[in-house]
Order: sequence, then C-alpha cells, then structure tokens
Amino acid sequence: MLVCTTHHVDQTRLLAAAVAGLARDGDLILLVGDLGAGKTHFTQGFATALGVADRVTSPTFTLANRYVGDIIINHLDAYRVEQIVEAEDLALPELLEDGVTLIEWGDNLTPVLPLDRLEVRIVMGDGDDDRRLELTGVGPEWAARWVDLEAALAPWQVV
Amino acid sequence: MNADRILGIETSCDETAAAVVSRGSDVMSSVVSSQIELHRRYGGVVPEVASRAHVELLMPVVAQAIVEAGVEDREIEAVAATHGPGLVGALLVGVSAAKAMSMVWDVPFVAVNHLEAHLYAAFLEEPDLEMPLVILLVSGGHTMLIVMEDHLRYRVLGGTLDDAAGEAFDKVARYMDLGYPGGPVIDQLAMEGDPAAIRFPRAMANGGWDFSFSGVKTAVVNHVRKHPDAEVRDVAASFQEAVVDVLVGKARRAAREVGAKGLCLAGGVAANSRLREKMLDVCVADGYRAFLPSRAMCTDNAAMVAAAAWWRLQADGPSPLDVGADPSLRLPTIS
Repeated sequence: MLVCTTHHVDQTRLLAAAVAGLARDGDLILLVGDLGAGKTHFTQGFATALGVADRVTSPTFTLANRYVGDIIINHLDAYRVEQIVEAEDLALPELLEDGVTLIEWGDNLTPVLPLDRLEVRIVMGDGDDDRRLELTGVGPEWAARWVDLEAALAPWQVV
Repeated sequence: MNADRILGIETSCDETAAAVVSRGSDVMSSVVSSQIELHRRYGGVVPEVASRAHVELLMPVVAQAIVEAGVEDREIEAVAATHGPGLVGALLVGVSAAKAMSMVWDVPFVAVNHLEAHLYAAFLEEPDLEMPLVILLVSGGHTMLIVMEDHLRYRVLGGTLDDAAGEAFDKVARYMDLGYPGGPVIDQLAMEGDPAAIRFPRAMANGGWDFSFSGVKTAVVNHVRKHPDAEVRDVAASFQEAVVDVLVGKARRAAREVGAKGLCLAGGVAANSRLREKMLDVCVADGYRAFLPSRAMCTDNAAMVAAAAWWRLQADGPSPLDVGADPSLRLPTIS
C-alpha cells in the first residue's frame, strides 16, 4: 500500500493527475471515503490531466457520467447502490470495455468487481483540509505499474 | 404545428406523473405518484427500484390524468414525455409509453427536456410572464442560473462546479441521520434553529455566476465531527442559510445585470421555505416581480412537461420516433 498526504484540495487534484499519467484504457479505479473526503475532486484532477475540458461534477444524481479526453473517462457513483442486484444494472462490464472507469463509493460494489483495480481510500485528517490517501493495487495490472506509481506520487508520499 | 390538448408524462427520477394541459397553461389534470416511501428505506433514489415502480405506476397514473381532465383518449392531440436528463432506465419507461400512445392515437409525439419543463412551470400559473426573466433552477440534480430572453430562448449564466444544491441537502441530511428526502427535513428542522449559530462558508458568493456546494457540505461534516453534540436544529438552519444566501445573492445580482423584469424559482429546491422567503424579500427590495411557483409545480410533475411541449411543438414540430432517452441532455441555449 502507498500512503500519501495532502493539505489542500488542489494537492489532491495534482496527486490524481499524477495517477492519471499511468492510467490506461480498461482501468478501474475505486474511490472510497466519507462524505466530503474529496472523491469528486480526485476525479476532477484525474480527468483534467487526461484532457477533459468539460466540467466534472458529482455523478450522484445521474449515477454515471462520461467524459471524452485523450481517453474516455467513465465517472460512476455507487452512493445509492446498496444491493448487488442493482450494482449489476450499472452495466459495469460494458463500461469497462471502454476507457478508464472511476467509481465513487465503490466499496459498495466490491463483490461484483473484476479482480484488476486500483483502490484509493481518502481519509479526512485533523485539519479541515488534511487528507490521507491510501492506494492499493489489486491484481497483476497494477503490480506491473507499482514502481512507476511510487515514483509519480513521491511528492506526497509518507515515508 | 398546433395541438392544444397535450398529455404530458414525467418519469425522469422518482415521481411517476401524467397531466393534461391545454394551450400550455390550462391545467386540466395533474397526477403525481411519488415513490418517496419506496426509496426512503434506502436513503435515496435507487435506480432499478425507480424503473420498476414507473412501469407499474405509469398506466394507472395516465388513466387517472385523462379521467380527471374529463376528456376521452381521442381528444388528446399530442403526447409528450421527458426524455432527459435523468436516470436512463426511468426515462425510457415514459418515453416508450408516450411513443406507443402517440402511434395508437395517431397524434404527434414530443420529446421534452426536463430542464426546459421546469422553466415552464412558472407559466402554468402566470401565463403572461414578462421577459427577460432570471430563473434560478435548483433541484437534486441541477443548480443553474438562467436568463430566459423569450420563449424557448435561454442563456445559462452559471451552474454548479460540483454538487447540486439539492444534493447537498440530501447528503447533509443523510450524514446527520435526518432521513430522506433531505430538503424538506432540513427545511422543517431549520425553522426551529438559529441560522446564525454557525458561520458556514458561502463559496464563490461574489465571484462569477457558478456555484460550489461541495465545500459547505464538507464544512458541515467537519463541524459535526468536532462538535458531536452540536444542536441539530442550529446546524440545519446554519447550513440552509449558507446555501440560500449564495443562491439568492447571485440571482439578485443577475437580475440587476440583465435588466430582468422578474425573478423566478424552479426545481424541487424552490419548495424550500427559507429560499422562497429570501427571494421574495429581495424582489420587494429591488422592485422585481417575484414568481414562486406553488410547491406542487416546483417539484417534478407532468403539467410542466405538457406546457413546455406546447411551445416546442409550435416551434419545432413533432419529435421523430427515434429520439431516445438521454440521461445527460443539456438545456438548449442561444449563443
């Protein structure tokens, strides 16, 4: 696990941009964290780094937003999805065929998710703007990229 | 193209609604069957539950709307349905039903933009509104400041950069275990609380036309974490005050800047008592006409769909039958 800290939302956006530099078509990234932790901010930094010019807003209402940048970015929200039956209706396998998929509140879905994924847990710190980000790679796809990811996130890493 | 008596259908989120409206403003019937009870135990709308409920409720709701309007099926001159934005599965139910009815009855089908429908809610009660109008459209999925120059002609001044205003209400209510839907619960609690108890941030209050409600949501979370025994009524009132201050402040500034004839509220959050009260105060102070649609017309309903359809049908004619549901449809704008 890679542990980073940020002290301002702009730093969280920058960190997300650094992760985006290693992203590929077909990737799945789970964003886990309490209300107000900064999951949408992470996605904003990630999408901007991949050339998305559209405004990236919370997907809670529509459940899934799609942005076209250098690659396609699917931004999903599982905040209201509490049953696996409904999770299946998000049509994840189809979405994952195309672009990078980021899922907020993705821990609700863990039982139905494919093996290969990056989990980003955002924990609120002592100061109002302090965040601790814990990144865990699951499966061979991220294991192969782990050294690069460590290098990319060095500025924020807790040693 | 002209068709005066229009059956409107609305299934974009958690209300199944049908209405018969004549000439865009004469509401002959408006039936809304809410799924709130169904969704309450989940603390929010669950899409598949919503779609299944729409399928079960739609035909009875349509039948009731036609009976209450006192007309026969063959007297319906066009059928309109919301085709976006909203939940794709939910939208499809209404769109498919409306197309089927238009084919069976051999009348035009009109695909309606849900946001445009909200803007037309005001015209149901005040058909002769003078324009330009500044409209603040605030709901669970949207927060937009719009200038309506003329019928069907809009400019979007700004929107939310992150969470919609109604979404912030829902999420704060859920975080504080107050129940669902969050808007009415906080509205009610806030009446007994002190809006000045906690000074929550007014994000971007003076800068530009865009909104951001993610910060005030996080500020509430931070406050409750640090003060677990904070008076819930005061937190609710202070949070609501911060959101309403920003909404009203920007709407007021927009009205002044565009030389609006009036200020208008639309969308589910427009049912909020404090927002209505402050909007009215501002209009009285600045000399604008205030249009605060009744609560029934602010929240999702089908009368507004039929009203918008009447204007659209005259301008653009019927929609082709291959128009589908579009979950991320935008408001058509000029320039």
